[in-house]
Amino acid sequence: MKLRLKIWRQKNRNDKGSFVSYSMDDVNPEMSMLECLDVLNETLIERGEEPVTFEHDCREGICGSCGFMINGIPHGPQRATTVCQLTMRHFKDGEELVIEPWRAGAFPMIKDLMVDRRALDRIIESGGYISVSTGNAPDGNDILIGKDTSDRAMDAAACIGCGACVAACPNASAALFTGAKITHLGVLPQGKIEAERRALGMVGQMNTEDFGSCTNIGECTAACPKEIPLEVIARMNQDYWRASAKRRDDSVKPVTPVTRWNAK
Amino acid sequence: MSTTAVGLRENRAPGFWQSTNGKKVVMAVTGAVMFAFIIGHLAGNLQVFEGPAKLNAYGNLLHSLGELLWPVRIILLLCIGLHITATVQLALRNKAARPVEYAAKKSINSTYASRTMYWSGPIILAFVIFHLLHLTAGYIHPGAAYIEGDVYHNVVSGFQVWWVSVWYIFAVSLLGLHLRHGFWSMFQSIGLNHPRHTPMLKKLALVLALLITLGYISIPLSVLAGFVK
Repeated sequence: MKLRLKIWRQKNRNDKGSFVSYSMDDVNPEMSMLECLDVLNETLIERGEEPVTFEHDCREGICGSCGFMINGIPHGPQRATTVCQLTMRHFKDGEELVIEPWRAGAFPMIKDLMVDRRALDRIIESGGYISVSTGNAPDGNDILIGKDTSDRAMDAAACIGCGACVAACPNASAALFTGAKITHLGVLPQGKIEAERRALGMVGQMNTEDFGSCTNIGECTAACPKEIPLEVIARMNQDYWRASAKRRDDSVKPVTPVTRWNAK
Repeated sequence: MSTTAVGLRENRAPGFWQSTNGKKVVMAVTGAVMFAFIIGHLAGNLQVFEGPAKLNAYGNLLHSLGELLWPVRIILLLCIGLHITATVQLALRNKAARPVEYAAKKSINSTYASRTMYWSGPIILAFVIFHLLHLTAGYIHPGAAYIEGDVYHNVVSGFQVWWVSVWYIFAVSLLGLHLRHGFWSMFQSIGLNHPRHTPMLKKLALVLALLITLGYISIPLSVLAGFVK
């Protein structure tokens, strides 16, 4: 099949960047979107041109490395699919695909389709864990957890941190990501103990980063390759205001983002 | 490149009001207060269909409350102020959060109402100011003289001016649109969302928004059609 790829090319953060169109005459419909870019890059290298930079790792939709906008939708038009799992047969022959990187102040440009998503890592560092004493492994079934609870935790834990929610949000908010992390730990007994501290820490860091606010419109959940529900944002909001009301100290200390859009 | 946190500076955590989440909780609570007012105001206004005596008696009752009327008004003004302050601050932050716009961006899940909150809100505010000058203070009352205390006369003669009625219907329709997203959104902002209840809440939001809009609109329509004279 024939495709026209209109890809955002930008050498580095200080470069202006622009779209460049590439015609591909022989796209195998069974290829994934990333494989399509691989083929394009091979030809670019043969022609002595700079290949298109994009992030990828597992190519089976579970690592969260890949992701870019295709025709205005994160990870392309297919629901619950990352670009590495998106096969080209979903596009029409002769179609033009506009491919551009996630655009958010909190995700500074690195090159072409690659942006710096360390803001999400800093949110995790500020509370996305449980503190457990190391030692012997506890007995299996020592702590009983209901199926519905474990399902809720698992649904939230499916978040791969790709940043599609931020990309889809008109406000570039990281509410779905932060909510998913807060929920997947907070609904389980092992994570409940630190739930309030976690909410203060992660929400504090999220607000210190250059993300926007949630307006509850739901674009994120539709763009999410793991279909994380909006319910997790409500969970975050509730944990946060409860924790704010009960807070006894100011031990939560967010860190200044070192990777900002305007930082030189 | 390592991911070690080099050169990270520790900050104070943003306080409740400084956080986007806290501002949204404030918006939800103030929104709920204004929603309660909208229901009460509608219930009071629909007495126009019971004739002049009933509506004027209701108007006089409100004014006779005296020392209770102003605290309620102050609470409402405070809610409006906080709701708008939070919106403006969040909107500025949201705009800054995407320094480079997309060349192509599609909305795939959000409702029209939710995407137009920034438009419906300010227009409703402009309407509320006009509405107060029109029927509460009587500074702007085209068509006929404003008579202090004769609520029924003021309403009927006010809505007999066609453009006043059109403006009213337009603004109330936008209010319906605003509530269609706002009503369920306030539950989400304070953290109430349940896979079984939230879909019902969204339907309820649609039904309530429609009922409120139709309820308010019925008044100028009846005046224009001549049912209420």
